[in-house]
Amino acid sequence: MKLLASLRSLASAVFHRARVDSEMEEELRAHVRNRADDLERSGSTRAEAERQARIEFGAHEKFKEECREERASFWLETLWPDVRYGARMLRKNPGFTAVALMTVAIGIGANAAVFSVVNSVLLKPLPYPNADELVSLHQVAPGAAGLADFENGLLLSPSMYFTYAEQNRTFQSLGVWTTDISNVTGIAEPEQVRAVVVSDGVLQALGVPPRLGRWLMAADQVPRGPQRVMLSYGYWQRRFGGDPGVVGRNIMVDSQSTEIVGVMPKGFRFVDTNFDLLEPAQLDRSKLILAGFGYHGIALLKPGARIAEANADMARMVPIWMDSWTNGPKTDPHIYETWKITPVLRPLKQEVIGNVSEVLWVVMGTIGLVMLIACANVTNLLLVRVEARQQELAVRAALGAGRGRMIRGGLVESLLLGLMGGMLGVAVAYNGVRFLVAMGPANLPRLSEISVDAPTLGFILLLSVVSSLFFGLIPALKYAGPQTSLVLVSAGRTTSTSRERHRARNLLVIGQVAMALVLLVSAGLMIRTFQALRIVDPGFADARHLQLMRIGIPDSLIHETQRVMRTQNEILDRLAVIPGVQSAAFASEMPMEGFDSDWDTIFIEGKPYHKGEIPPLHFYKHVSPGFLAATGAHIISGRDFTWDAVYGLRPVVMVSENLAREAWGTAQNAIGKRLTEDPGLPWREVIGVVQDVPEKGVQEKAPAIVYWPPLVENLFGKGPAQPTRVVTFVVRTERAGTESLLREMRQAVWSVNANLPLASVRTMQEVYDKSMARTSFTLVMLGIAGALALVLGLTGIYGVISYTVSQRQREIGIRLALGAQRQNVLQMVLGQGAKMALVGVLIGTGVAFALTRLMTGLLVGVTAHDPITFAGVGALLFLVALVACYLPARRAMRVDPMVALRHE
Amino acid sequence: MTSQAQILPGTLDLLILKAVSLGPLHGYGVLLRIEQISGGALLVEQGALYPALFRLVRQGLLKASWGTSENNRRAKFYELTSAGRKRLQQEADGWNRLAAAIATALNTRPEEV
Repeated sequence: MKLLASLRSLASAVFHRARVDSEMEEELRAHVRNRADDLERSGSTRAEAERQARIEFGAHEKFKEECREERASFWLETLWPDVRYGARMLRKNPGFTAVALMTVAIGIGANAAVFSVVNSVLLKPLPYPNADELVSLHQVAPGAAGLADFENGLLLSPSMYFTYAEQNRTFQSLGVWTTDISNVTGIAEPEQVRAVVVSDGVLQALGVPPRLGRWLMAADQVPRGPQRVMLSYGYWQRRFGGDPGVVGRNIMVDSQSTEIVGVMPKGFRFVDTNFDLLEPAQLDRSKLILAGFGYHGIALLKPGARIAEANADMARMVPIWMDSWTNGPKTDPHIYETWKITPVLRPLKQEVIGNVSEVLWVVMGTIGLVMLIACANVTNLLLVRVEARQQELAVRAALGAGRGRMIRGGLVESLLLGLMGGMLGVAVAYNGVRFLVAMGPANLPRLSEISVDAPTLGFILLLSVVSSLFFGLIPALKYAGPQTSLVLVSAGRTTSTSRERHRARNLLVIGQVAMALVLLVSAGLMIRTFQALRIVDPGFADARHLQLMRIGIPDSLIHETQRVMRTQNEILDRLAVIPGVQSAAFASEMPMEGFDSDWDTIFIEGKPYHKGEIPPLHFYKHVSPGFLAATGAHIISGRDFTWDAVYGLRPVVMVSENLAREAWGTAQNAIGKRLTEDPGLPWREVIGVVQDVPEKGVQEKAPAIVYWPPLVENLFGKGPAQPTRVVTFVVRTERAGTESLLREMRQAVWSVNANLPLASVRTMQEVYDKSMARTSFTLVMLGIAGALALVLGLTGIYGVISYTVSQRQREIGIRLALGAQRQNVLQMVLGQGAKMALVGVLIGTGVAFALTRLMTGLLVGVTAHDPITFAGVGALLFLVALVACYLPARRAMRVDPMVALRHE
Repeated sequence: MTSQAQILPGTLDLLILKAVSLGPLHGYGVLLRIEQISGGALLVEQGALYPALFRLVRQGLLKASWGTSENNRRAKFYELTSAGRKRLQQEADGWNRLAAAIATALNTRPEEV
């Protein structure tokens, strides 16, 4: 109740300020009148008594002000006048206000834009009901040499899925998934669509209810049972116009009639994959073996279960899995013990975010530094203004304004600046986000979720307030500090200022130079990385003129192996006669296309292996004859496949140079040697050695690669040759990327088989740019931050030196009058700037040395402490700072002593 | 006038509390009462009385209400709250202890050391 009462009195004081004020006035007057009455009674005349009473009372206005300050509501009452006063001061100096506002708005806007990306990508939970309990079933196998190259660790095999799903104690639901390409025919043109193949348990774990129909369930994954499929919202809209009656209809998927059982809602993304169809994984339990590690695992933890417990649970099930399945007669299921399969479950969010978090944090950090530099600049501007307003402040202090009130006045003014800057910052942020989304690496996850939303607006408000306090505090303290007498005495004269008054500004400038150096060094390191990547041989030449397209031939469309091969061959022949086409070929994938890679064990003939030992896994791909020549990869030694060899099923193989060196010492030695994927299978002869190709992007080490022909007998087990059904065709032509070429290519493909759709139609340059996207994005962002920092830092140092020069005009005039050389004056001013710049550069170098280590993961071909970058950036910044000082220094040199002295 | 002493900083609040504790007073009354109870020995800067009164009201030691003065004028009267009474007691005790200690110290003779 007491609190309520005091609140009420506070409120009444605020709202009835006029009455409260007049009552106070009445009370003070009554005192003087009473006193005068007493004095009159003791014999004075009335007039004399009143005069005497007023004198005895003392400074009426001062005490009234003091009384006001003692009132509980004082703080609130005076806020509004302070705000109005602050606003008036800002309006009175439009130049200052515009520059300060712009600086603040750019700083806040840039930070808010990056924040909204960081928030959407890294901080917000995934859009699933139980996002925090979703894990990706990541596992590693350190004992399986070669696996270290796996970006996905050891994926799950279907048999693992059954064991884990049935035996686990820590998951509510668990499933496996993989991506696939499917051909949909019979609606319009045949179309290749992106499919996600899911087992039972996956949709249950994600928990997003369908918009129409139902989820895929266990009943849908019976092999050879009825075919069923779910649609994405986008595909439903695009192909069926959002027809609500679509559930129950049949469409042709991979030439099989398939029933649509449901549609997922708008905005549903599968982990981080955009898809058109969800297909059930039809795993034939009776045919499963231990191997076949090709599925991603996903699971929903039981309530309260922690990742550590789930890891232990998974580890418990690995031996059960080995005991429950086999790789066939006479194989030892326990050879996998040597792989040391270890579950390392990760939150699903981490899986989605991938390697982009490091980039984003680095960008956030650098843009934060830009904000600090911007704040330092505004502080400097405010400090200059405090000096210019010394007289006004001194008068206010003399009239009884308290120290606290003066400080508050200053803070209110900078708060106004900060908030207005923040409002402008919203506009900057809005455009900044659009820029970032357009600029962002193509693989930036959750791209569609990024926007200027409520948390971003909250961040802008917070940043506005915090930064206003940050840049307003030092000037506000100076507000309260003018020495009344001194200032009033020297009214109107510019005395030479003391060292003390400059210290704050000089420190700020040094800080700015140091921070700018840190940013420029990081930008420099990214430029060096970019250069290093540019000179890596990507394993293809003239990417702009390589046209790619991907074509899959499903088993249901063409079953017979040789016919698949002939169809692909025929497509090649048709492509090759398109005008302007120099060569055409195909392979299971192009470098950097980013498909999940194929890996298998490779045994080298003549090399001893222990019983049960699993040799290193190697990356492999199938390439058609002429593929290497068409893309521009060099054959270092030996020769390419021929079509005769392909159709004749001759046991031949090509290997990459690093594999050849590792196994046989030199590329030349490798020719004629033999290898196989399994000791029980025939040996294959090495006929060619290919240059190393960085398959996973130029920033990664080139893996050892085995190149198979498109058709290989007994590959991975006894049996007839299996065709490579999904391949990337590559066409070398000057016309790559043109609409007319695409039309002719489509015609060529359809003249062979009208049911074949074309997918992933793009030039090799696009693939390459995409694989460089992370590095380019970081480079551009750090470049922008560095440029902003440079401009702001130089403005800062220029401003301070200019101001000092204008303040020291009188002193300089005297020096010149006393015979100082103009050269000396120039040196004096330049020296001051040089000292600050040098100290800033030295401090910045130290800080950068400590901080650049954080970006090691983004650097390629250059260390985080690259001396060339450090020295180059340091020297550059120092020189540019000197130029910034030179302009005011020249002005100082030209001071006319007579004018300077008479000016006062 | 020469026999009057400037009051020590910080003691004004104590004097006001004491004056008001003897009965509700308006501002001028407080001044007169302090002169009266100090035997005219203490000089109070008149205007400074009011910020002190406002401060004591804000701290909840005094409460103020408008009433009619002895010469039939509207006037603001101050009286002690229970918190004010407690504070007065504490401050008075503290002051007395300090005064006694200083008196003892000043009265010390060489042979007592």
